[in-house]
Amino acid sequence: MESFSFPILTLMIFIPIIGMLILAFLKQSQLLAIRTVSTVFSGIPLVLAVILLANYDPGGGFQFVEKVSWIPALNIHYFLGADGISVPMLMLTALLSFISIIASFGITHRAKEYFVFFLLLEVGMMGVFAALDFFLFYVFWEIMLVPMYFLIGIWGGPRKIYAAIKFFLYTLFGSIFMLVGILILYFSSVDPSTGAHIYTLDLTILAQMAQNGNGLFLREGLQLLVWMFFFIAFAIKVPVWPFHTWLPDAHVEAPTAVSVILAGVLLKMGIYGLLRISFPILPYGTDYFSTFLAVLGVIGIIYGALVSMAQKDLKKLVAYSSVSHMGYCLLGMSVFSHFGQEFIVGISGAMFQMISHGLITGALFLLVGVIYDRAHTREIAAFGGLWTKVPVYGSLMTFFCMASLGLPGLSGFISEFLVFVGGFAKYKVLTGIAVLGVVLTAGYFLRMIQKVFLGQFNIKWSDLTEINFREIFTVTPLAILTLLIGIYPKVLSYMIDDTLGDLSNSIINGVNIVKGILG
Amino acid sequence: MNIRLDLMIPELFLFCWAIVVLTADLFFIKEKKNILLYMSQFGFLAAAALVIFTPTGPYEMAFKWMFINDPFASFFKIVILLAGFMAVSSSYEAVQKSIEHKGEFFGLVIMSAVGMMFLVSSGELVSLYVALELSTIPLFILTAFQKRYLKSSEAGLKYLILGAFSSALLLYGISFMYGMTGTTVLIAGSINILQYSNSMHFGLVMALALVVAGLGFKLALVPFHMWAPDVYEGAPTPITSYLSVASKAAGLGALVRIIYGFFTVGTASDYWGLLIAILAAMAMIVGNVAAILQSNIKRMLAYSSIAQAGYILVGFVAASQLGLSGISIYIFAYLFANMGAFAVVVAVGHKLNSDKIEDYAGMARRSPLIAGSMTVFLLSLAGIPPTAGFIAKYKVFMAAIENGTLLWLVMIAVATTVVSIFYYARVIKEMFITEREVAANPEGRWILSSPITIAILVGLLGTLIIGIFPQPFLELASTVTQSFVY
Repeated sequence: MESFSFPILTLMIFIPIIGMLILAFLKQSQLLAIRTVSTVFSGIPLVLAVILLANYDPGGGFQFVEKVSWIPALNIHYFLGADGISVPMLMLTALLSFISIIASFGITHRAKEYFVFFLLLEVGMMGVFAALDFFLFYVFWEIMLVPMYFLIGIWGGPRKIYAAIKFFLYTLFGSIFMLVGILILYFSSVDPSTGAHIYTLDLTILAQMAQNGNGLFLREGLQLLVWMFFFIAFAIKVPVWPFHTWLPDAHVEAPTAVSVILAGVLLKMGIYGLLRISFPILPYGTDYFSTFLAVLGVIGIIYGALVSMAQKDLKKLVAYSSVSHMGYCLLGMSVFSHFGQEFIVGISGAMFQMISHGLITGALFLLVGVIYDRAHTREIAAFGGLWTKVPVYGSLMTFFCMASLGLPGLSGFISEFLVFVGGFAKYKVLTGIAVLGVVLTAGYFLRMIQKVFLGQFNIKWSDLTEINFREIFTVTPLAILTLLIGIYPKVLSYMIDDTLGDLSNSIINGVNIVKGILG
Repeated sequence: MNIRLDLMIPELFLFCWAIVVLTADLFFIKEKKNILLYMSQFGFLAAAALVIFTPTGPYEMAFKWMFINDPFASFFKIVILLAGFMAVSSSYEAVQKSIEHKGEFFGLVIMSAVGMMFLVSSGELVSLYVALELSTIPLFILTAFQKRYLKSSEAGLKYLILGAFSSALLLYGISFMYGMTGTTVLIAGSINILQYSNSMHFGLVMALALVVAGLGFKLALVPFHMWAPDVYEGAPTPITSYLSVASKAAGLGALVRIIYGFFTVGTASDYWGLLIAILAAMAMIVGNVAAILQSNIKRMLAYSSIAQAGYILVGFVAASQLGLSGISIYIFAYLFANMGAFAVVVAVGHKLNSDKIEDYAGMARRSPLIAGSMTVFLLSLAGIPPTAGFIAKYKVFMAAIENGTLLWLVMIAVATTVVSIFYYARVIKEMFITEREVAANPEGRWILSSPITIAILVGLLGTLIIGIFPQPFLELASTVTQSFVY
């Protein structure tokens, strides 16, 4: 582990807090100052994220490591670090947070509190992706709940209170299971080399434990139980069918920028958690439940797509498309008892899907917000022939819809292709069904484009104004990255491949050890 | 007979101070009676300082184990004194408005604290009983202190009758303990009890059941909790807060003394493990579910504190060093969060003359301090990081999981935690989300008196500091485990 003298991860996580403190001294009416401060203090982490990316060494394991003892009485450390799985996520988080802050300039009602909560949310998200101590991970994971509750509850739509409390209770329900799992891990943890009890929550040590004989700290029943506990927590966040019911409510009621963060970052945390925690620490459970993962993933793909088809509301359509798209991640990840190249293909498909979905769906929510701000409705049937009126907007929307349905040349295609190649090696029938999802996705996006932008122009919208500069500015970086990853996927794969290769080897190793000993 | 009055200096000081406050009442005209409040604040802080400097250790005892000043006792005394400090601090408005006999009010609060301090220090059953009475009799009076307010009188009477009843149960249980072991000294009894270690003896079962029932009333455990919501609602709010924290801490101290000090030897511990576990589960389920239905915030917090006692018992059942230090850190976290929350209830109740949850609407506009602090307190009670309540819950659950056989209890605890968020978030929702113009308060922002601001800030700082830098507090909590064998 290379240690990095400059505490870049700490700064990325906690700089928004300085912004919050400054905001606390501003008045509600100083809108310009509030916006400037928020932009600056979400911009600095973005700059730092770029620096992080530039200094990142793909083959170097965990980097930028910071480790300080935090609660010695419980052997808990303030332990941060980044590898190929977390660096892209940190970058995505910083970018989407910055964009969302800019997209929130329209908020004038209680603006100060809004940006305070938004910056707090960014702290939690960054922390989750950088934490390497399970306790710290959990703390950041929970910290996000409160600002999210307020952001949906105060600035949301008509059913905001219901959606906010549903989100809060649902996620808390999952994470409290994770807490029990954490405690079981804590008491089961042993020193990887000696086998003595050490009581640690250090994720790197816990992962090493699974790598040798002493890693059998959780055998069979208990390992499966803990795996299930973590899975409930992560599945609710993803959300995996059938834990998805909070998502449409939260998305539809949340303000635009919050939807962007929800879809772009929060949903990824479930997948990230599986990759960071369940996979390396509990390989036996992961192997045991891999088919289960794949089945849930495929159900999610088909179910999400079918429900999207039935939506009359633009935002709900995009929300359900997320359920469908996150299903691809699960299918890609589940391919690893078929060891070897396919595993890396499948799981890097999942990684690609995380990033690509974050970019594309983030942009789709922004664009839905653009039309909603002007038309005050999101009903698909209410529009028609808008292309003549707002050609730039129409092109952007079409671009991202195409990206989402997997048009070659754009990032969505790369991720879906990798998932299918990986998935087909192990689950021929399931993957076959999943491919149908692509057709359905094309169906609902094309139908939406047709109804909104093509056909007879609805005279009602003759006053509709074109997308403005600020709004174009928010989606442009997302469009560029979507295109870049689509044309030259290596920009992403060079970051993740080594880490995923190591992860793959460690799971193979861990599973073999358990199987060898169990006979 | 070893007479060591030096161990009792904090208690003796506080007792004298109660008399001083009572007497000083005679010398101040009505407008200057605030001085009594400041005197009481000083008394509590000075006694807490004295507790810190009093010799403490597992064998620091006086009068042949009647009085033990081990780290466990010191820790609980600090909790009781801080609770007393915050209770009198938050009573500023109430005393101005609706308390007539101010000297008696403060004097009785201090007296009750003296009783509680003796209670957590007692290593002998008769002194334990007397200390318990000394702590509760002033509370009966204090509950009924607003004599023109019908609910207060009703609450006082209810508390008195049930309190006397529960004391009788406890006394009956104590008589069984004496009968079985021939001594009232706990440490001697715990040796004599060994002769029954081979069988589930009827006398021991009776003793255990009666003691748990008697103290269960004091701790408001389900099914002995019926008095709590009415008493909490009727009592003056500062007294409610004092009841919910100090009295609970003292009752818990007594329970630990008796159960850990007497019943753990031999197989006697087999008797109570499941019993307490079931009580804990019932307290968490009933307390949290009933709290959802409340529209009065004092009643809601009453049910919430019933549930909190359940979480504390989860650590208690674990019967380990981790468990006992978990209980201690829990009661510490609970102290700051609950006292802070009640201080807010006092402030709001004073301004609006209402304890209805729906009247908290728009609080974020009226007073960001109140709304923000209350949010932190409620999140701490719910156990959301980075607050003290999370560290406490973590530690307690940890103890239960270490035990190995209590996973079911932990699952109930975590499930009810999710339920609890539902009613805590309702208050937060009213304060931040509901926007309503209220004619009762045209001037907008609220200015609070300084004593109550102190109470709120102490709660806020305590909750956040323990939540973010728990290390020193965890170390402190782990020292209390020295005195017990598991």
